[in-house]
Amino acid sequence: MSLSPEQVRQVARLARLQLNPEQVAPYATQLSNILQMVDRLSSADTANVSPMAHPLDMVQRLRPDVISEPDRRDDYQAIAPETQDGLYLVPKVIE
Amino acid sequence: MSRIPEGWEAVIGLEVHCQLSTQSKIFSGAAIAYGAEPNTQACPIDLGMPGMLPVLNVDAVRKAVTFGLSVNAEIARRCVFARKHYFYPDLPKGYQISQYELPIVANGHLDIELEDGSTKRIGITRAHMEEDAGKSVHEGFQKSSGIDLNRAGTPLIEIVSEPDIRTAQEAVAYLKKLHQIVVYLGICDGNMQEGSFRCDANVSVRKIGAPKFGTRTETKNVNSFRYVEKAIEYEIERQIDVLEAGGKIIQETRLFNPDTGETRAMRTKEDANDYRYFPDPDLLPIVCTEDYIDAIRASLPELPEAKRARFVKDFGLSDYDAKTLTSSRELAAYYEAVVAASGAEPKLCANWVATDLLGALNKMSKGIEESPISAEAFAALLKRIADKTINGKIAKDVFEAMVAGEGSADEIIKAKGLVQVTDESAICAAIDDVIAKNPQQVADYRGGKDKLFGFFVGQAMKATQGKANPDALNRLLKERLAG
Amino acid sequence: MHTHSLPELAAGLREKKFSSRELTQHYLNRIAALDGDINAYVTVTPERALAQAAAADALIAAGKAGPLTGIPLGQKDIFCTKGVRTACGSKMLDSFVSPYDATIVEKLDAEGMVMLGKLNMDEFAMGSSNETSYYGPVKNPWDKTRVPGGSSGGSVACVAAGLAPIATATDTGGSIRQPAALTNLTGIKPTYGRVSRYGMIAFASSLDQAGVVARSAEDAAYVMQAMSGFDPKDSTSVDRPVDDLVSGLGHSIKGLTIGLPKEYFADGMAPGVRALVEQAIETLKGLGVRFKDISLPNSPLSVPTYYVVAPAEASSNLARFDGVRYGHRAEGAKSLGELYERSRGEGFGAEVQRRIMIGTYVLSHGYYDAYYLQAQKVRRLIYDDFKRAFADGIDLVLSPTATDVAFKFGDKSDDPVAMYLNDIYTIAANLAGIPAMSLPCGFVDGLPTGFQLMGNFFSEARMLNVAHQFQQATDFHKQWPTEFAS
Repeated sequence: MSLSPEQVRQVARLARLQLNPEQVAPYATQLSNILQMVDRLSSADTANVSPMAHPLDMVQRLRPDVISEPDRRDDYQAIAPETQDGLYLVPKVIE
Repeated sequence: MSRIPEGWEAVIGLEVHCQLSTQSKIFSGAAIAYGAEPNTQACPIDLGMPGMLPVLNVDAVRKAVTFGLSVNAEIARRCVFARKHYFYPDLPKGYQISQYELPIVANGHLDIELEDGSTKRIGITRAHMEEDAGKSVHEGFQKSSGIDLNRAGTPLIEIVSEPDIRTAQEAVAYLKKLHQIVVYLGICDGNMQEGSFRCDANVSVRKIGAPKFGTRTETKNVNSFRYVEKAIEYEIERQIDVLEAGGKIIQETRLFNPDTGETRAMRTKEDANDYRYFPDPDLLPIVCTEDYIDAIRASLPELPEAKRARFVKDFGLSDYDAKTLTSSRELAAYYEAVVAASGAEPKLCANWVATDLLGALNKMSKGIEESPISAEAFAALLKRIADKTINGKIAKDVFEAMVAGEGSADEIIKAKGLVQVTDESAICAAIDDVIAKNPQQVADYRGGKDKLFGFFVGQAMKATQGKANPDALNRLLKERLAG
Repeated sequence: MHTHSLPELAAGLREKKFSSRELTQHYLNRIAALDGDINAYVTVTPERALAQAAAADALIAAGKAGPLTGIPLGQKDIFCTKGVRTACGSKMLDSFVSPYDATIVEKLDAEGMVMLGKLNMDEFAMGSSNETSYYGPVKNPWDKTRVPGGSSGGSVACVAAGLAPIATATDTGGSIRQPAALTNLTGIKPTYGRVSRYGMIAFASSLDQAGVVARSAEDAAYVMQAMSGFDPKDSTSVDRPVDDLVSGLGHSIKGLTIGLPKEYFADGMAPGVRALVEQAIETLKGLGVRFKDISLPNSPLSVPTYYVVAPAEASSNLARFDGVRYGHRAEGAKSLGELYERSRGEGFGAEVQRRIMIGTYVLSHGYYDAYYLQAQKVRRLIYDDFKRAFADGIDLVLSPTATDVAFKFGDKSDDPVAMYLNDIYTIAANLAGIPAMSLPCGFVDGLPTGFQLMGNFFSEARMLNVAHQFQQATDFHKQWPTEFAS
C-alpha cells in the first residue's frame, strides 16, 4: 500500500494537522515506506485468531460513585491559552 | 392526527440520550450537579489533560443494566468501551468514550399505546453507555465561543430504537413511555429542559409499499415532547415536498428551531464522519455476571404497566384512574399509602387522590412529592368519611382547610364542629322545617314533579349546615314528602 | 559521590558521611558543569530538589529514613510533576505546567527521593535516538557524536554521565532497554500494569509502561520496588502484591532454564554485538544456568504489528492536544478549523506527525480490518508464542537488546523505517505485556552494548536476580565513560 500526496492531505485533514506544502511529498514517500513494511502483516494466518486489544486478561474495575474531585478551576485555567469568565475561548463556533 | 399525505409514509427511529443520575461522572470523581459555574465541575480527567485516565463509575453500570432489564433487553455478559473520534471544542480528548460493537444493552422493546387504544411494539436496538460532551456558549461573545466542560463526562445511556415508528404521535408516545420508565427506575431525573433526557430523531419518508427506506435526516437535541412532535412533522412535510418537487433528500444533521417550528441543516461537523472507533485501551472489558444481573433484576421496582394492571385488578379501579395514579412512582406510592392507612374503599381513595388532590396540586403547580398533605394525613381525612364522621361534602371543606394548612382532618372537624349529624330526630326536625316553609314546592312535588327532590335535599342539608348524614337525610325526606 | 551505588549512598546518608543536601548539591553542580554538552535535562529544579533534600535530612536525623530517602533522581519529562513544566519533549507542551503529580512521582516523593529535574526525551516518546525532541538531541556520554538511543535518551545520558544516580524512564517499544544498552546501563520495563500510568503522558496506552534506568540491577530493584504497585486511578493497574525485588537478588540462579529464540539470533545483528551476547550466555552457563533453543515464530512480525498498534493508539491519545485548554495555541486563528490545524501543525514535530497520520490512516474507514484488526490478531500470535515458551518450562528468554552499538547523529533520521528497525528485539515484550530488561555485556570499539532478558508476567524479581548475579560475575556495568568518571 502506498499513499499519494492527495491521500496524505486527506489524512492530515482528518487528523487536523496543517502541513507545509513542501512536506507533503516527503511524507507521502515515508508513510508509503512504513505501510509497505506494515503490509507484511497480511502474510500471517489469523483465521480463528481473536484480536488482542490488551495484554492483560483482566476485567474493568469499578469505582465507587463518590465525588472526590474538588473545584480547582483557577489552577486548571492558569495554564489555558485563553479564558473569560471561567470559560475556555475558541474562535466562534457556528452550528 | 397525522398530517402525512395520502400515499406516503414516514419511517422514524429515535436516539435518546438519557443522563444517568449518579453523584459523580462516569470516568471521574467530579460532581455533575446542573447549573454550576462554568468549568467548576471539570477535573483534569474531564478536561482531557495529559496522563489522565478513566475509571468507570459502578453506579453508571448498575443503572444501565437496570434500564436494559426494564425493557426486556439482553444484557451483554461482556461489553467494551470504544473511542469515537472527532474534533470539537466541547469534546476535550478529541474522542468520546462510548460503546460501539459491544453495547451493554441490546434487543429490547417497549409497547406503546396508540390513540385508538391499540398497542404497538417498538424495538429497542441497543442502549450503550457513554460520556456526555461539554457545552459551547455563544451569547456574550463577539468573535469567540466559550466552552464549559461541566457536563463533559456526565454518564449517559444512548437508547436507539428500531425504525418502527411511523408518525410523530407514535414518536411522542414512545418517548413519554421511555421517559416514564427511566424516571420510575430512578436512573434519570428526566428533566428535559436541563438536557437530562434528549432526543435525536431520524426521519425518512417513502411511498407506501416502497421496498426500501428513503434517505434519512437526523434532527438533533429536541428537548420537549411537543418539539419532538413539531420537528418530526415539519421534517416529514419538508421531505415529502422536496421529493414531490423532484428533489433529493440529503443525508444530514439538522437542528430544530423552536421559535419557527422549522429544522435547518447544521453547518458544523461537516466532515465525512470517520469516527475511527477502536476499543479504548485505557479501559478493560466490563463483565456482568449472572449473579450481578439477577441481583439487579430482583431489585427492579414495579414498572408502570404492571402497577397499572395491579391497580385495576386489586383495587377495582377503572383503567383511566389506574393510569393516572401510576403516572409517577411517587403518586402511586402516595395512593397506596392512603389506601392502606385509611382503610377506605380504594375507589373512594382513587377519586380523592386523582381528582381533589391532583387538582389542588395542579393549581399550586406542585408535584405529589411537594404535597402539603402527607399520605397519612390524607388517609385520616378519608377515614372520617369511611366511618361516617363526616360526609363527602363536608370532607371537601375539610380538605380545603387542610390544603390551607389549618391542621389535621380531625382538628379541623373538631374546631369547626363539622361532625356529621346522624341523630334522626334532629334531621327530622330540619326536614319538617323545610316542608313547612315551602308549601308550594311540596304540593308540586306531590303532584309529580320528582325533580324537586334535589331542592329539598339541598334545603335540608343547608338547615343542618351540611352536616346531615346524606343517606339518612334522603331516606327520611322521602318518607316525609310521601306524606 | 556519583560513582556510589544506591545502597552505598543510603549508607553514606545514614552514617552522616554526607547529607542529602550535600549529595543533591553535588549532582546540581555536576549538571551545571556537564549537562550543557549532554542535554539530558530539559528542566532542572534546584529549589524543589534542595527543599526535598532538607526534608529528607530531617527524616534521616529522626531515624525515619527508608532505603531511598534523600537519594536524588531524574524524572523523565513524560511524568507529570505538579508545579513543574512537563513538556514530553514537545513544543506542544512547552507551556504545560502540570497541576498534578503522576502516581509514580507521588510514590517516589513519598519515599523521600529528591527530584533533580526533568529529563529530555524523544517527542511524546516517539523515537529511538532522542533526535525528535523539541529541546534538541541528547548526546551519548560514551561518544558525543552518537545518539544515546531513545526515547528515554535523557534518562540514560544523565545516569551514564553521573548527573543523577538513577532515573525513571518509559518503554513503549524498547525506549528503556535500547538506550540502556547504548549507554552501558541496566534498564527494566516491568510487566504491563505493574506500575501506574496515571500522570504519565500516554503514547500508546496498551504498550506504555514505566520503569527505570540504573547503574546496576540492584539499584534498579530498589526504585522499581518503590514505583510498583496497584493504583486505583489506573484501570489497567494490576491489584496484586509486589514481590520483594531487593531480597530476591541474592538467590542462586543455578538450574534456571533460559530460552534462546532462534529468530532473535538470525542475521541482522552486528558481529561484535553477537560475540558479546554469546560471551554473556557463557558467563551465565558458568553460573549454572541451562540454555535451550526455542522458537518464537511470530516475532518477525513484531515491528509491523507495533507500527500499526502504537500509531493507532497515539493518533487517538494525541487528539486532545488542540490548543484550547492548555498547550501550544496558534496565534490569530480565525476559525475553529484553523485553530486546530495550525496549533497541531506547529506544535508537533515531524515524527509525531508521521505517526499520527499512520495511526489515523489505519483506523480509518475501509482500512481498519486490514491493518488494525489484523495487527491485533498478530499481536495475539506473538503473545501466544511467549505463553507457549513459558509453559514449556522456560524461565526467561535471552536475546540481544539492539542490533548494534550507538549510531551517529543523522544516520537514520531521514529514514523512519530504518529507525523503527532499531526496536526489532524489544517490541515483542511490549506487545505481549511481559517484563523485560537490558543489561551491559561489554564494548565494541569502546561503545557499550547489552543483552535482553524477557520473563513471564510478574517475574521481575527473577529477572533482576539473574541480572544481579550476572553483575556479580562481571564488571561491564561498572565502567564509566572516561570524561564523566571523576
